[in-house]
Amino acid sequence: METQKTTARKQAQAADIGVVGMLRWALRQLTTMRAALMLLLVLAMAAIPGSLLPQRNQDPGAVATYIEENGALGEFLDAVQLFDVYTSVWFSAVYILLMVSLVGCILPRTRQHWRAMRQDPPRAPRRLTRMSAHTTTPLSDATTTRTQEELLDRAQALLKGSGYRTVRADDHIAAERGYLKETGNLVFHLSILVTVVIMAAGGLFGYYGQRVLVEGETFSHSLVSYDSFTPGTFFDADGLADFRLTLNDLETAFDDEATGSQFGQPRKFDAEVTLDTAEGTSQFLLRPNEPVRVDGSRVYLIGNGYAPVITTRDADGNVTYSGPVVFLPQDGVYTSTGVLKVPDAQPDQLGFGGVLLPTVDRNDRGELISSFAELRNPLLVMDVYRGDLGLDTGMPQSVYQLETDTLEQLTDTDGTDLQLVMQPGDTAELPDGLGSVTFDEIKQYAALDVLHDPVQVWMLPAMAMLFGGLALSLFVARRRVWVRVSGDQVEVAGLARGEDPRVEEAVEEIAQELALDSPQPSSTSASADSEQNTAGK
Amino acid sequence: MDVNVVLAEWSNLLIYSAMAVYAVAFIVYAFDLFGPAFTSDLADGRETTVADAAGARRTRTRTAVAAGASSGGATTATLDDEVTADDDEDSAGDADESSARPRDLRRWARVGTALTVLAGALHVASIVTRTLSVMRVPWSNMMEYALIASAMVVVGYLIFLAYRDVRYLGTFVTLTVLLVLGLCITVFYTPVAQVIPALDNYWIWIHVPIAILSTVILYLSAIIALVQLLRSRSESKPFRGVLRFVNRLPGSKDLEKISYRLAAVGFITWTFTLVAGAFWAEIAWGRYWGWDAKEIWTFVVWVVYAAYLHARATRGWTANRVALLNLVGIATVVFNFTVVNLYFNGLHAYAGV
Repeated sequence: METQKTTARKQAQAADIGVVGMLRWALRQLTTMRAALMLLLVLAMAAIPGSLLPQRNQDPGAVATYIEENGALGEFLDAVQLFDVYTSVWFSAVYILLMVSLVGCILPRTRQHWRAMRQDPPRAPRRLTRMSAHTTTPLSDATTTRTQEELLDRAQALLKGSGYRTVRADDHIAAERGYLKETGNLVFHLSILVTVVIMAAGGLFGYYGQRVLVEGETFSHSLVSYDSFTPGTFFDADGLADFRLTLNDLETAFDDEATGSQFGQPRKFDAEVTLDTAEGTSQFLLRPNEPVRVDGSRVYLIGNGYAPVITTRDADGNVTYSGPVVFLPQDGVYTSTGVLKVPDAQPDQLGFGGVLLPTVDRNDRGELISSFAELRNPLLVMDVYRGDLGLDTGMPQSVYQLETDTLEQLTDTDGTDLQLVMQPGDTAELPDGLGSVTFDEIKQYAALDVLHDPVQVWMLPAMAMLFGGLALSLFVARRRVWVRVSGDQVEVAGLARGEDPRVEEAVEEIAQELALDSPQPSSTSASADSEQNTAGK
Repeated sequence: MDVNVVLAEWSNLLIYSAMAVYAVAFIVYAFDLFGPAFTSDLADGRETTVADAAGARRTRTRTAVAAGASSGGATTATLDDEVTADDDEDSAGDADESSARPRDLRRWARVGTALTVLAGALHVASIVTRTLSVMRVPWSNMMEYALIASAMVVVGYLIFLAYRDVRYLGTFVTLTVLLVLGLCITVFYTPVAQVIPALDNYWIWIHVPIAILSTVILYLSAIIALVQLLRSRSESKPFRGVLRFVNRLPGSKDLEKISYRLAAVGFITWTFTLVAGAFWAEIAWGRYWGWDAKEIWTFVVWVVYAAYLHARATRGWTANRVALLNLVGIATVVFNFTVVNLYFNGLHAYAGV
């Protein structure tokens, strides 16, 4: 009956309050603890799909493959933004609602807390026995008599000494401690908000670029010298840091002593680089976990691999190409694939698709494989194509892929596909007067990421706020204590506000300190001791 | 590279030895949990619980009562007795009152604890020898993570024992540690070796141990939440049969408090894990947050425990529902450690298996 009535009344109200009223009602619902809790649970679930499906922001290639392989399902998943979970409408909706809920919660609580901090602790309720912790101790006995004033003076000094804020009423002391708990709580929630804002701003003002650098090459920091470059919405290209970076040497080492899964694991990636800036030239060891920081930008060693140096000549011996070709490692033993395009070759353009095996070996089926990532016995195996490389069509092409539609694969005299199998130093003659190919040597290359995020430093104070606030809100105990003289008894009562495992103990201790007989040697603290002495029995 | 193979073999032998002793400890603890200390019929109306030592000392002891009629002459006692009996002062007063020796009731538990101490020592020794064999931090792959986490569970449990009699947890602790060590030596097994360059950084001294500590704390919180759920049910309708021991455990309210406090500490350390991970990511990959599979799940765990803390402060959420959320939390932690490490591709490919 009762609940029916109230819902009926609520419905009646809802009809009257209009749009603004509805919005206010919705906001009030949103700022409840229950709503925050539900939104948190939804947020946790909304984050999960990003770990199950490939994401565009990390691996666009994998997303494309997934959609291709799964057809309609893939397109449906794409339509509901499951490949861009963390920028999707629904994920954003959840965390924006959560942020609104957060703000709607922080603001009134801050006002309330501000007021509470400037107010005296509330007077004692009439019946202290109802409090969660309550005890009494006699005011006087046959040998000692104490007046109400004396007792209350002592109680006030004692409580103040233990960090309580106190106020004296006619027959009692009201005390409260632990205001920092709520302060910490508010600071913690505020820091979450700040963190989200900084994360959002980071993508707007920074940039992210990638560059592959072969040993001996120099990279002048400018937009054109990047292999790929992703600026933030408000990034200003004039602000690009000015420096030149040369990769002198790349040293890698892999484990050949460990057993099982640990065999062949990487143990060292050291890139020796020279950095030229306006201030001068300096040498650095660029390694994983040790970026080079230059003028607000950060250079990271993200990957490495092998770049066979190849020279092609036409039938007359003129060099048509000479230089390192970047091969991409495909596995832990650096089986690497790469492509060489020679548009200047005569009489036809030439294309090469190759596999580099750093330490060649044969598997059980007799196939050539790599058995170790270091260059112990390298072998280069290449297919050769002739025809039109398609470079003049204006369509952008990957340097790691051959467009074989307009190319014809060269064959051996017996009609099988021609395969060049070469060791460093080898030269192979191509059939049909197409010239020759020389595999000169192998260089190593470093894959570098260059990043800039001008708002990142603000994360540091935000995290300090986060931890400070969290620790205070979870570990400070907030409680109210009252000491009242009623007749010949002294009443001590405590009320925990929030989690407080020690409220009963604390009340017990205060009562002991206020007891007539000096408490047993187990008195709790030095300050309490001195209180007793000055109180002078 | 720079691996002392002999010490590494010793480490593996020590793991097997520890497993053997844990197995015996588990059986012995089970005898305690399913034995007379928890299941004998006491006189009706006695609210007996397995004492926490502090409580027992405060309330003094309720002494043994012969419940001859119901249990065929067997002498039974409340579990409080044993704890106080360990205390010299108290036992003097109680001894003459008792018609039986209440200490005997939990003989199995004492043996179990002694065996757990021995197994724990072997366990720690296996970590020490493994560390010495490579002279680096002993937490650079999944096996080492689990090896240390399980050792911390045991050490934490033994330290906890000094303050409260939580031996009723011994059965669960030894069993789970035994299982984890079994996984360490099989599924997670990784031969000793130096670390890969991606892990070779001072952050491994900060990020990983805190992650291990968080896992341990959250696990202990969850195990107590589970006991709390059982106990809560037994408070409304006492168990019969195998689960009879639950009826004698501390009250579900007390359990809830311990579980909550552990989870609150665990939330802070998990937050630290997450933030330290972000700092490390900045120097390793150039960004502090990139929604890598491991980052996603670390975030999911964090949000679930944040929800847990909010649920506890929400009116209308009963202690049991909150405890269920705690169990969801530990499920995400375990998922993050096992499935994400072994089956998800990502930058955190450090499982080593």
